[in-house]
Amino acid sequence: MPSARFVVRAAGPLVTFQDSGRTGQLRFGVSPSGPMDRLAFDAAHTALGNPNGGTAIEVSLGGLTLCCRSGDVTVAVTGGGCLLEHNDQQVQGWTILTLRGGDTLRIRPGKSGSWAYVAFAGHIESKRWLGSAATHAGSDFGGGALVQGQDICITAAAVRDDRVGEIAKPAHAPLAPLRVVMGPQEQYFEADAARRLTGGTFRVSDAYDRMGMRIEGPRLPLLGALSIPSEPVVKGAIQVSGDGVPSILLADHQTTGGYPKIATVISADIDRLVQLRSGQTLRFAAISPEESIAAVRAEAKQRSQYLDRLREPRGTLAQRLMRENLNHGAYFD
Amino acid sequence: MITDASFRAIADHALMVNFAATMDTDASRAVAALDKAIMAGPPHGVIETVPALVNLLVSFDPLLTDHDLLAADIRKKLRHPEPAPSQGQVRPVQVCFDDDLGPDMNAVADACNMSSEAVISAFLAGDYRVLMYGFAPGYAYLGGVAPDIQVPRKPTPLRDVPTGSVVIANGQCLVTTLTMPTGWSIIGRSPTRILTGETDRPFLFEIGDAVRFERIDRATFEQARSEVVDA
Repeated sequence: MPSARFVVRAAGPLVTFQDSGRTGQLRFGVSPSGPMDRLAFDAAHTALGNPNGGTAIEVSLGGLTLCCRSGDVTVAVTGGGCLLEHNDQQVQGWTILTLRGGDTLRIRPGKSGSWAYVAFAGHIESKRWLGSAATHAGSDFGGGALVQGQDICITAAAVRDDRVGEIAKPAHAPLAPLRVVMGPQEQYFEADAARRLTGGTFRVSDAYDRMGMRIEGPRLPLLGALSIPSEPVVKGAIQVSGDGVPSILLADHQTTGGYPKIATVISADIDRLVQLRSGQTLRFAAISPEESIAAVRAEAKQRSQYLDRLREPRGTLAQRLMRENLNHGAYFD
Repeated sequence: MITDASFRAIADHALMVNFAATMDTDASRAVAALDKAIMAGPPHGVIETVPALVNLLVSFDPLLTDHDLLAADIRKKLRHPEPAPSQGQVRPVQVCFDDDLGPDMNAVADACNMSSEAVISAFLAGDYRVLMYGFAPGYAYLGGVAPDIQVPRKPTPLRDVPTGSVVIANGQCLVTTLTMPTGWSIIGRSPTRILTGETDRPFLFEIGDAVRFERIDRATFEQARSEVVDA
């Protein structure tokens, strides 16, 4: 079976292997991990024609440089506004290209976005924990963080010429407020805290990693010192520390906590949230639980339509020229 | 047996079932019983449950069910309560109390007006039960620290506390599984692995298990630890 071998020339902090994550382990203190931006991760695999949920590399703002030592393999790179250098050529992110022995691929942040994904037409060999390669960054369990000098082997490596080219980006609405369902502990806050949350403008702080994102803005004061029995928490929970500063829990979140949660960001808006960078602003809009169900169902439909479009191969060069209406009839006279 | 519960919607994908607002043995039993009932016959769309001290989180697939449908399914289970889960197994956990492995022991002894040896005796005599896992992988919160040796959390967490540290705060105790900061008092260290590394049973405890701490000397600790490292 053909394989391709890479060496990591450079990797910033929080560049990790991720698959779709591990569910069913929250009861043992294990957060789901998996990609911060699930849609960008899915898009990379789908555009290559891969099955869903396989292992990919999540690239932080620290960037990643891979050198192909041997073999040929097609790769997809998605997420945020990332930029690529393929050997000496500058390439926009959201693209599929083929790497060959001796090639170098550098992924670095562009003007926007926090996380990029590199998926291969093949299988990344990596460590697994509890049946998943998803890295839990706090413990480095799972596939783990990539480090300089590390070798990466791609088995069943394939070249997919029919997939090479640009990947359509999803139509996010980056400026729309993040939708939240209030609670479960809004009663522990001063009366106008909910209004401050939904009426205020917040800013992503520097304290942002795979566990969570602290945000700056209006304080959300608590009603005195509280002692809430430690309870389960979910991704998207907005927990507020004693000084009134909120943090949003993300993929590697702690599984329980005793801080009061004023609201929770709905799952459909997490991918948009995580691509924000420190200094960018965000706003929240409260919706009812019923509205949240309707919202996530509508979002799921849009996502599956988007991914269905990506799944279609572009076909041979001739078919692509035909479809993209670039042939002007010249080839088929 | 509490069968009266309140429900809260959490975002678009979870339901919190609350049995009490403060720590309470009956609430803890009710959580365990409902958890068992849901695991035995999960309502449509349920993905997983997370038992905690006074409440149970039920996460679900919002494409398959919603908060109201799931709450109705869970109410049916509460109306026909199953017997509370059995006591669980007794899990021995070794612990060495040498000074360098338990840097907060003297402070705990001072706070309790006891000698270190008396703190160790009281600690070993405790009746520990696994209340929940939380925070980080394999962090099992054990209830049952004797009132004589209960101390509050330290004001400032200590960084880089080694894996296997046996730590206490108020009525709870845990054995750390990662190198992490903690504000709990470190009284000893255990070579017993809570993250077993075994595929079929990756975590040593089930919720509800009893835990019996066994004192070991330094030689036994080093021996046990080297075996763990070799494995």
